Amino acid sequence: MNNFKRRARYELVFLLMILAFCLITVLNINSGSVNIPLRRILTILFTRSGDPTEVGIIWKIRLPRILTAAILGGALSLSGFLLQTFFQNPIAGPYVLGISSGAKMTVAVVMIYFLDRYNQVSSYLLIAAAFAGAMLSTGFILLLSRKINSMPILLVAGIMVGYICSAITDFIVTFASDSDIVNLHSWSLGSFSGANWGTVSIAAWIVGITFAAVFLMSKPLGAFQLGENYAKSVGVNIRFFKVAIILLSSVLSACVTAFAGPISFVGIAVPFLVKKALNTANPLVVTPALFLGGAVFCMFSDLIARTAFAPTELNVSTVTAMFGAPVVILMMLFYRKEKVG
Amino acid sequence: MTDKYYFRTEALSVGYRGRTLIHDIDIGIQKGELVTLIGPNGAGKSTILKSIIRQLAPIAGAVYLEDERVSRISYKEFSRKTAVLLTERVKPELMTCWDIVATGRYPYTGRLGVLTEEDRAIVRKVMEEARIEDFAEKDFGEISDGQKQRVLLARALCQEPELLILDEPTAFLDIRHKLELLELLRGMTREQGITVIMSLHEIDLAQKVSDKILCVKGDKIFRYGAPAEIFNDALIGELYGIENGSYNAAFGSVEMNKPEGEPKTFVISGCGSGISVFRGLQREGVPFEAGILYKNDIDYQIASSLAARVYAEEPFHFIRDDTYAAALNAIRKSEKVLDTGVPIGDCNHRLAELIEEARKRGVYQKLS
Repeated sequence: MNNFKRRARYELVFLLMILAFCLITVLNINSGSVNIPLRRILTILFTRSGDPTEVGIIWKIRLPRILTAAILGGALSLSGFLLQTFFQNPIAGPYVLGISSGAKMTVAVVMIYFLDRYNQVSSYLLIAAAFAGAMLSTGFILLLSRKINSMPILLVAGIMVGYICSAITDFIVTFASDSDIVNLHSWSLGSFSGANWGTVSIAAWIVGITFAAVFLMSKPLGAFQLGENYAKSVGVNIRFFKVAIILLSSVLSACVTAFAGPISFVGIAVPFLVKKALNTANPLVVTPALFLGGAVFCMFSDLIARTAFAPTELNVSTVTAMFGAPVVILMMLFYRKEKVG
Repeated sequence: MTDKYYFRTEALSVGYRGRTLIHDIDIGIQKGELVTLIGPNGAGKSTILKSIIRQLAPIAGAVYLEDERVSRISYKEFSRKTAVLLTERVKPELMTCWDIVATGRYPYTGRLGVLTEEDRAIVRKVMEEARIEDFAEKDFGEISDGQKQRVLLARALCQEPELLILDEPTAFLDIRHKLELLELLRGMTREQGITVIMSLHEIDLAQKVSDKILCVKGDKIFRYGAPAEIFNDALIGELYGIENGSYNAAFGSVEMNKPEGEPKTFVISGCGSGISVFRGLQREGVPFEAGILYKNDIDYQIASSLAARVYAEEPFHFIRDDTYAAALNAIRKSEKVLDTGVPIGDCNHRLAELIEEARKRGVYQKLS
């Protein structure tokens, strides 16, 4: 009977998120400098016919941007969940631990160098650079975690790593030529505005494969929630598992950073809200829900970023921080009460 | 000889980061035996257990399970044979007790870890055995420490182990739950032939529940054998380095130090009536003598730990002259004689004369 109740709750949460996803997709397409009524949106979406300008706006500009926000939002919250499981701390996430900032730094270097010489830079190169930067930060945090047993201090160390990387990025940006800065500036604060079908398909492939890998690791992820030693005692190959978690979460946050810049708080707030809504931490249920939740959250944030002060566009990070940071504060109050974490 | 052991270690040395803590552990355990590790804090009981369950790599030597070297068994196969209960605190998020117990099925479930109906039936059965079915749906963070311990034990049992390793399983438990847990373990060894290796702080319980006792002290195994060989007053005193008190093997109890000084109080007791008086005097730091006690009297056991001198008689004898004389002499020197109301019969009727002597001297005091 209880099993039935649980399942009903999962189904309800998934249903609500799918509804939210659809609603925000439509709202996102509908809002902007050009208003298109719902009926025409659906016609254009499903038949690709109608007013050529409207088809162009929807298919060339708004849809890729929405999809990018969805994919990268899902990636961010998944990456946060992996790091939280790894460090056994609900406040861990790619932004807090300085992983996003590490990726930002290397991407900035590569971007400036290549734009300066060749006037262009390939998406793959940016992803590779972001991955290298993410691994650099992660590696540093892991080294520290061997020396430091206290989670709060490790988090502070992560925040400091983030500041160092941001400082270096700012330094580079300051001395870059003007034409590069225009590009860099919006990117380095987080934005989905650069999206096109090319980035969508690359992001979809990378994030899709990573998501599948994470989903297939649901079982060891679940065992790891009781701690490393118990996981080992039920036969989890701990060494392989830990390396896999770090690589997967780095790939995810690198991918996000390469395409949209560092986006804050999604990785912490979404996993918390989703787990609370589902009332479980079982990875088998939580990973797909997280992905969907992250997608909805980022699409919603992007919608607000685009429309709140139109025609001026906000950075996505501004919006995610506005909504995400209060959630994190709420979380801390909650965990204090529960004496967990 | 060796092939009849289910579990054995061969010249096993254990420790951390290449530094040996305990060396040359050679023990053999038969199937269905319950072995308890005892020893002072920090002696390395946990280190030995961690090495057995492969959380720590042995520094030298090897562990064998059914004559197969443990390091050659895959982790997956090993996890179907051994389950553990560790001392570390578990702080999972949003997991009910049922969820925790179900994680024990890990070695048996498929790629994604989905429980089959059979797995669920095992979880239910184990929870009933451990008597935790009532809070199956409660969040793990909300239950008491004692309940948590039982949930984690049920988790281990869900693994259907042949060998169960428990590091201080009775920590956090009250006395009733300690007894229940140990009874549960005993039942498993008897009925299911599960072999148990655990560490305990309560030597009194260890003595009663174990088939074999492994004493860990210093850098080696101090003793290994049946409780009857291990539990004598001197050996336990030496193992733990007890200086302020003594260990009583017959009761498995620990007594505080004897009060120091020349005794001026004499206690006449018997049949257990003196125990609380002896302990009361000890608490107040009053040195005392006791007598005349038969050596099979439980008062004698406690008095020999706490009294400055005990005037004792062989069981079922009439009180002999020299014993009586010595006791009478002591009473004549005492400033206070306490009578706890010992029953006086044919054999010990001379106690009445001692009481009479005390009365005459005006130092007699009858306790009720």
